[in-house]
Amino acid sequence: MGAFEKQRNIVDFTLSSLGRRKGKIISLGTVYTFVIFLLASVLFFTQAIKREAALLLQEAPEMTVQRLEAGRQGSIPKHYGDSIAAIRGVQSVRPRLWGYYYDSLSEATFTIMVNDELNEKPGEIIIGSAVKVRSAAGAENRVVRINDTFPFKTYDGSALLLKVKGILPLTSELEAADLILVSEKDYRTLFAVNNDHATDLVLRVRNTKELTTIATKIVQLHPDTRPVSREEILRTYEAIFDWRGGLIIVTMAGVLFAFIILAWDKATGLSAEEKREIGVLKAIGWETADILLMKFWEGVSVSILAFILGVFLAYLHVFVGSALLFEPVLKGWSVLYPDFRLTPHVDAYQLATLFFLTVIPYTVVTIIPSWRSATIDPDSVMRT
Amino acid sequence: MIRLQDIRKVFNAGKANEFVAIDQVNLAIDSEMITVLKGPSGSGKTTMLSILGCMARPTAGRIMLREREITSLPERFLTGIRRATFGFIFQQLNLIKGISALENVMLPAYPDGEKRSLLQKRATDLLTLFNLAHKASAKIEWLSGGEMQRVAIARALINSPAVIVADEPTAHLDTKLSMEFMEIMQQLKREGKTILIASHDPIVHESSIIDRIVDMRDGRVVSPEIRS
Amino acid sequence: MFQRKSDILAAYLFLGILALGLIFTDVAMRQHLDAPVLKQRREIVRVLALTDLALFTEARYTRHPSMADRNTPFQDHPLSLEHFPSGSILALPPHLNTTATQ
Repeated sequence: MGAFEKQRNIVDFTLSSLGRRKGKIISLGTVYTFVIFLLASVLFFTQAIKREAALLLQEAPEMTVQRLEAGRQGSIPKHYGDSIAAIRGVQSVRPRLWGYYYDSLSEATFTIMVNDELNEKPGEIIIGSAVKVRSAAGAENRVVRINDTFPFKTYDGSALLLKVKGILPLTSELEAADLILVSEKDYRTLFAVNNDHATDLVLRVRNTKELTTIATKIVQLHPDTRPVSREEILRTYEAIFDWRGGLIIVTMAGVLFAFIILAWDKATGLSAEEKREIGVLKAIGWETADILLMKFWEGVSVSILAFILGVFLAYLHVFVGSALLFEPVLKGWSVLYPDFRLTPHVDAYQLATLFFLTVIPYTVVTIIPSWRSATIDPDSVMRT
Repeated sequence: MIRLQDIRKVFNAGKANEFVAIDQVNLAIDSEMITVLKGPSGSGKTTMLSILGCMARPTAGRIMLREREITSLPERFLTGIRRATFGFIFQQLNLIKGISALENVMLPAYPDGEKRSLLQKRATDLLTLFNLAHKASAKIEWLSGGEMQRVAIARALINSPAVIVADEPTAHLDTKLSMEFMEIMQQLKREGKTILIASHDPIVHESSIIDRIVDMRDGRVVSPEIRS
Repeated sequence: MFQRKSDILAAYLFLGILALGLIFTDVAMRQHLDAPVLKQRREIVRVLALTDLALFTEARYTRHPSMADRNTPFQDHPLSLEHFPSGSILALPPHLNTTATQ
């Protein structure tokens, strides 16, 4: 019991000592909390998106076959699909028609896709929930409603008016926000795509273990193709925010580093008053170890306070506030931007990592500069 | 109680500002007596006091506490012994501002991890002894000079030490408070404590209650006079 | 209110654990509530044979990273520099380092 009581005593004194340096501690604590808030927000955001990507894209086609022309993606002849369908293990082959359409008035780029369900009634489109349009230059982009007419400019400059038959649900924003689904006829009117060609082919394969074999066979049959498996799609999204991914790790590491430096300077620069206090404590019988324990508790107390508050605020920010603060970073030059109403997902392991990555350096940085003051001779207060 | 053998203390040894504070000191402090170290400033009184009180280590020589050699004990053990055996009253009082009188009194006992309620009771009893019970939760800054003095003494007593060490205790006190201080020391002596005071105040060394004066000059003991 | 200052820390720790508990409860609850919607969304992905999320609609290779090849970011010229902001955030799709068909 003695050891526990001793720690409690030291914590008592540490907290009262912190209370006497309120201003400095509050400013430092605020910065600390903000740092945690930022890092935890990034963590929550990327975890949630990765999870949604993983769950949604499990329904992506098992294999997508593109054709490369002069090293770039070109259109693929539909007849390639015949020989591919004959490969053992391939359940079905379907051509996909999709591309990008830039609307000069709203300055937005949409992804246009052919949806076979619209083929019976050309002239109608289904749009994604974020699709906005501007009727005239200078006006505001406005939300499109059902039965609205959406004007397009075809490849040869003529106008094509299509009626909005449906809007995809808001909840599908993440995967379908910028989609405009059209009939095949309208697609070919819009873009001058050869009737015998498609953008790519999607395959349904029963046994995913055979994907590599099938891919090899496809390339053997048609050396100018490039198959992309579902596995590769999933790994792409697993890795999008990966810590190896440039900006994110540099920013996070930079923030952390800057904070440690700040802490070193502010938290641990012992004022004359603090040094005197340590001298008195040593004189009345506290050992060096006790002083260092005091500094340890100081670091830990501030850390725990900041961590709890930072994480809580981060959670609110990302899952209630739709990660508002990240919009400028993520939006870039896009005009269409999803509303990020993400389903929360918290990886306890990553949270624990964040805890140790911040608490430990901060505590160490609180203790180390105090070393010299902690080891002063007990009689130093008498000598001054 | 405490015995010093051939004690020598040098500061900044080997450097340009090397300074011999005390040298060739042989001294025995008897228990249950009031011993006063007398001498002008620079005579080494304070250094002597800190060595006697196990707050500083001598550069050379040996110290015995209750016939047990403590010269080369590691810091951990020495600090523990010092906490249990000595109670210090500093010239500047060195109370910690911003916390209560009660907490100041309890501070020296914190590292021992004693049960809080027991410690608090002992501290409160001490404050009551000095008529300060009503000021227990008051912050130090709000106390008068005399009250702070008494809190400092109470703090020195919290671990029930055998020896009280006081460095120029009356330097900032008026005559009345100085006499009060000496009375408290007399009371403590009656209770069996050993008292060590460093002072150049005549009120202290002309007081009838002290048992011995040790004269110091230029870092040496001049004549360990015994007053009967 | 509190006997000792260390009690305040203990109280805050307790609050913290409570807050964490709240968070995890909210996560579980919302995941449960969103399950039917998720099913619907997966259906959309399946029917439309989607391969990418509409996260970054800036450029082709940010809108469809899994479909992109090494040339796509350098759309006009292999040496053309990265100029879309979200390109700095996106990591390279792993399969562009090795191909499945090698």
